[in-house]
Amino acid sequence: MEDKDNMMSKKIIKIEDLKREFTMGAETVRALRGISFTINEGEFVTIMGSSGSGKSTLLNILGCLDQPTSGLYEIDGLKVKDLSRNELATIRNEKIGFIFQSYNLLARTSAIENVELPLIYNSKVSTEERRDRAIKALKMVGLENRMDHTPSQLSGGQQQRVAIARSLVNNPVMILADEATGNLDTRTAYEIMSIFQDLNKQGITIAFVTHEPDIATFSSRTIVLKDGKVIKDDLNQDVQSAAEQLAKLPKQDD
Amino acid sequence: MRLLNLFKIAFKAIVLNKMRTLLTMLGIIIGVASVIAMLAIGEGSKESIRENISAMGSNIITIRPATTTSSGVRPSAAEMQTLTLKDYEAVKDQATFLSYATPLVNGGGQVINGSNNWPSTIYGVNPDYLKIKVVDLQSGSMFTDTEVKTAAKVALIGQTVVDNVFPDGQDPIGQMIRFNNIPFKVIGVLEVKGENTFGQDQDDVVIAPYTTVQKRILAIDYINQIMASAVSEDDAPNAVTEVSEIMRIQHKISNGNNDDFSVQSMEELISTFSSTSEMLTLLLVAVASISLLIGGIGIMNIMYVSVKERTKEIGLRMAVGAKGADILMQFLIEAILISITGGVLGVLLGLSATVFIENFLNWPTSVTLFSIVISFAVCAVTGIFFGWYPARKASALDPITALRYE
Repeated sequence: MEDKDNMMSKKIIKIEDLKREFTMGAETVRALRGISFTINEGEFVTIMGSSGSGKSTLLNILGCLDQPTSGLYEIDGLKVKDLSRNELATIRNEKIGFIFQSYNLLARTSAIENVELPLIYNSKVSTEERRDRAIKALKMVGLENRMDHTPSQLSGGQQQRVAIARSLVNNPVMILADEATGNLDTRTAYEIMSIFQDLNKQGITIAFVTHEPDIATFSSRTIVLKDGKVIKDDLNQDVQSAAEQLAKLPKQDD
Repeated sequence: MRLLNLFKIAFKAIVLNKMRTLLTMLGIIIGVASVIAMLAIGEGSKESIRENISAMGSNIITIRPATTTSSGVRPSAAEMQTLTLKDYEAVKDQATFLSYATPLVNGGGQVINGSNNWPSTIYGVNPDYLKIKVVDLQSGSMFTDTEVKTAAKVALIGQTVVDNVFPDGQDPIGQMIRFNNIPFKVIGVLEVKGENTFGQDQDDVVIAPYTTVQKRILAIDYINQIMASAVSEDDAPNAVTEVSEIMRIQHKISNGNNDDFSVQSMEELISTFSSTSEMLTLLLVAVASISLLIGGIGIMNIMYVSVKERTKEIGLRMAVGAKGADILMQFLIEAILISITGGVLGVLLGLSATVFIENFLNWPTSVTLFSIVISFAVCAVTGIFFGWYPARKASALDPITALRYE
């Protein structure tokens, strides 16, 4: 692990004393109270914390969906501060891959079209290239045979795999997953985690928000938030293989 | 932002909600179709009025007695006896813008030939009448000036009279008929003219020298009207002014007093009827436009629903990089697609309705390119106008809130 960290020292995420406050009427809610960390290229970080710990707020800021009240946030060397709505949209489009708990696929739209979605908003990508890249992304998650299926024709795990393919299609510097296994049973969740581990092995940086400790064991590093502060930031010395854990699970009785 | 992609997205949204889209379009379709049909009917009736009146002789000028109050009594114009042959002669001699003129007396009565009889109207005129009314003869000849002077009992009859008093198909020329028991020798048959704009059968006439009709049938010495034709259609207004002048001097009407006659040209009649039908067209189009407006509101309504139910989709699109402008365009294009498709279908429906009206209801119609262009343009504008607000609302959504929307 040490070697890997030294080798890949490019900073994807750099956060310094990040604060986010919300004004609710007369009251000011301090969701993030000054947190700092960096994520290097190739890391697989899980961000944990109970409800109200500020992890959703952090995720929104990391995903350039929200702006911090104060502090520094850099993604891939770009300072995300005082950027316009449109500039934020461009960063989301080119640098970040989103995965949501509820998949958020477009209904009645084929898997391949769902995967193509981010590229539609990138004028540098031609129609042919868009299709090629979508096919490639679907192959990476093992759904090359389900390209024309609509979400209603896919299982939860398959839908989440389409969502993963969608997050990969724009070659992001980082994938942001928000409770990506939250709606799945253990077996399917492990399948999904094994895909994440494979992608991470190929060098893709992943930030994974979860509240399930077993999921965190598949990542290389865990950041724990509490009351808007980082209370723990440890490298995981004993990374579990999701594929192996999957094999150990009792067989489903059909 | 690639317009073609946004176009595809919008198109897909429409295809996925076919029924809803169709129902939304219905308002626009009916609106456009009714605007086109109404304009076609208006334009058609205007043209047919113009044609019909022109066929009656577009440069005809008529001088009729008008009512004036004499010792507190206001008699009806038809009872006026103020128009005389002297007036006719004065007009004929002095007017420079007139090519022909005839005195005209008319009266109703029964045309009898043996056991056949038919109620008709007899017109007493001079030989110029045919030239003024632009009527030819089917057979026979017109009476002469001499026959007018001698008050000869000769007559020309229209086809309707021929059909009714000579039912056996015998040649009426040279036959004797009686009009109110006065015998007339038929010397000609008028060409068929059919009904005029006002539904009057122009073939149901008997024409005879005005002297004969005055003396033998009506027993009067005044005339009912003077009918003349202007040198040309363009000179008709000049002729009207000139004739009015002559008549005023003739009737010794000082300035400031009301004329006891009226001079009217066909051109005036045409514009009177045209403006009436234009008013009517305007009214019809106004009603049709309201349905177009309601169609537009329908689009706005459905776009609101569409934005609302796709809030989460909008959030997702924004999360993966759609800019506000992309979302705005997506929904705007959707609204415009609905309205334009509705417009095209509306034009087709309007044209079919017009054909139907023309062929099955026998109303004259005339579709102008203008009416198609204008209703189509209104459609596109409707789409933009009513699609803008919901689209704007969608584009202003906060991606985080939109993503969480259930």
